[in-house]
Amino acid sequence: MVLIYIDQDEQEIKKASFEAISYGAAVAKQLGTTAEALLLGTVKDNLADLGKWGASKVHHVNNIALNSFDARVNATVVAEAAKSLGASVLVFAHNLNGRAIAPAVAVKLGAGIVTGACALPKTDAGFIVTKTVFSGKAFASIEINTPIKVISINQNSFGAVMSDAIATVNELAVSVPSSTLKITSVHKIQGEVPLTEASLVVSGGRGLKGPEHWGVLLDLAKALGASTACSRPVSDADWRPHHEHVGQTGIQIAPNLYIAIGISGAIQHLAGVNRSKTIVVINKDAEAPFFKAADYGVVGDAFEVVPALTAAILKSKSNA
Amino acid sequence: MKILVCISKTPDTTTKIAFTEGNTKLDENGVQWIINPYDEWYSLVKAIELKEKDPAVSIHLITVGGADTEPIIRKALALGGDEAIRVNNNSNDSLIVAQEIAAIAKEGAYDLIFTGKETIDYNSASIGSMLSALLDQNFISAAVKLDLNENALQVVREIDGGEETCALNLPAIISCQKGMAEQRIPNMRGIMAARTKPLKVVEATTTEATTQIKNFELPPAKSGVKLIDPANMDELVRLLKEEAKVI
Repeated sequence: MVLIYIDQDEQEIKKASFEAISYGAAVAKQLGTTAEALLLGTVKDNLADLGKWGASKVHHVNNIALNSFDARVNATVVAEAAKSLGASVLVFAHNLNGRAIAPAVAVKLGAGIVTGACALPKTDAGFIVTKTVFSGKAFASIEINTPIKVISINQNSFGAVMSDAIATVNELAVSVPSSTLKITSVHKIQGEVPLTEASLVVSGGRGLKGPEHWGVLLDLAKALGASTACSRPVSDADWRPHHEHVGQTGIQIAPNLYIAIGISGAIQHLAGVNRSKTIVVINKDAEAPFFKAADYGVVGDAFEVVPALTAAILKSKSNA
Repeated sequence: MKILVCISKTPDTTTKIAFTEGNTKLDENGVQWIINPYDEWYSLVKAIELKEKDPAVSIHLITVGGADTEPIIRKALALGGDEAIRVNNNSNDSLIVAQEIAAIAKEGAYDLIFTGKETIDYNSASIGSMLSALLDQNFISAAVKLDLNENALQVVREIDGGEETCALNLPAIISCQKGMAEQRIPNMRGIMAARTKPLKVVEATTTEATTQIKNFELPPAKSGVKLIDPANMDELVRLLKEEAKVI
């Protein structure tokens, strides 16, 4: 059985988990077994609806102590649940919480793990998982040699697949160790889609010359409904907050559309964005290396091109 | 108060990645090796900051690797580690690396273990989480801020779309990222002192890998950029809608 960990935040199931379920369901189909989900804590969502993404059953450890995330406790509970259910493959989203617990769960189950997988495993001979390495500069195919396998799946690399199926819900009794840490405050950036979940991203570099010039970029992002990002020099100079830094030492993203404005495209930056489905580069320097990695390019002054693009998008939306 | 800082050797961020031996091995030709940036800039410098506040803090460095990792350990000692341990094991299997570190950690009874958020070569982001299972200690991942008051830790970690503050007691395992500290450059005094700081080599204890890299590949090259007239943004919107189908 393939068991998929459902991540929740403030009693809402995270988008990354829907993709993880669809991935787990595809793995289960390949192996001729079932895909079942595991939820810790209580959520507002209707659990039977997880069937839509491919889970035939949802195992629910209904304990409100699990609503706040504690890596040590969650990993223990997931490992116990996996043992009692006899899971042979465990799937996690490779988001922040998934990264924090999947390797610990693997240790507890004596399982081999591949984190940051970006494709379905090859299961015709052995069990081989492809993942991104060198922060997006390459891929590695890794064989897992143990009877139980653990995979965490990179966000936006498989896609959530919907049907109208309904899952059955099973209340699962697992002993929950007591937490020895306390979450004292949570700070959310209001109204923003987290970058790793965003399907459209508009990103700015030093070419925008200063934080006071970000208005053109923000207008474009608003017209598109996109999240905003930036290059490392921009976040180092505190023009934009650190959490917007994409690149090899920032976050790696894989949106459907990445629009880079005034970013030259250093190899470290490309590593963080080269899994984007479509890349648009706007730069006044026709020699900028980023054009080699782009699908569409505009050679021109960002302060003229970007407002024109924003206007064109708004026009096309009003015509639709 | 003892801090164990995990150090990994990685190719420099500007490295153009290529492979040899039928795409099974990294082509190390011309590769500059550095301390994994997350290990150096954030976890090591954070440990140094804690020592600057409280001279009773001692900083031990650990790396799991061959003799070729010694230059980067000396650099970490020059930045401010007190002593270093190298476990002579060349494995790139995260579990083996974590087991080697856990064995040393158990012996050393450390109050805090710092790792980088991930290494920039295999990006497994696994060591801290694995150590928490192997040592049964609390683990805070992707930490951006840490305050220590006697035995009490206050750690801010990144969550999807924000930050969360956790209060806990030592011992603990923390994976560090941007925000924890600022990058430093070793000074001449540090470099001189590093030459005589203890660097102990211990033999590997674990051998059984749970995973094996079969081969590498590079991402497919883009077919070539389509340039659009800056005066015709309607065309770009049309292409994004009809050709790329992304908006």
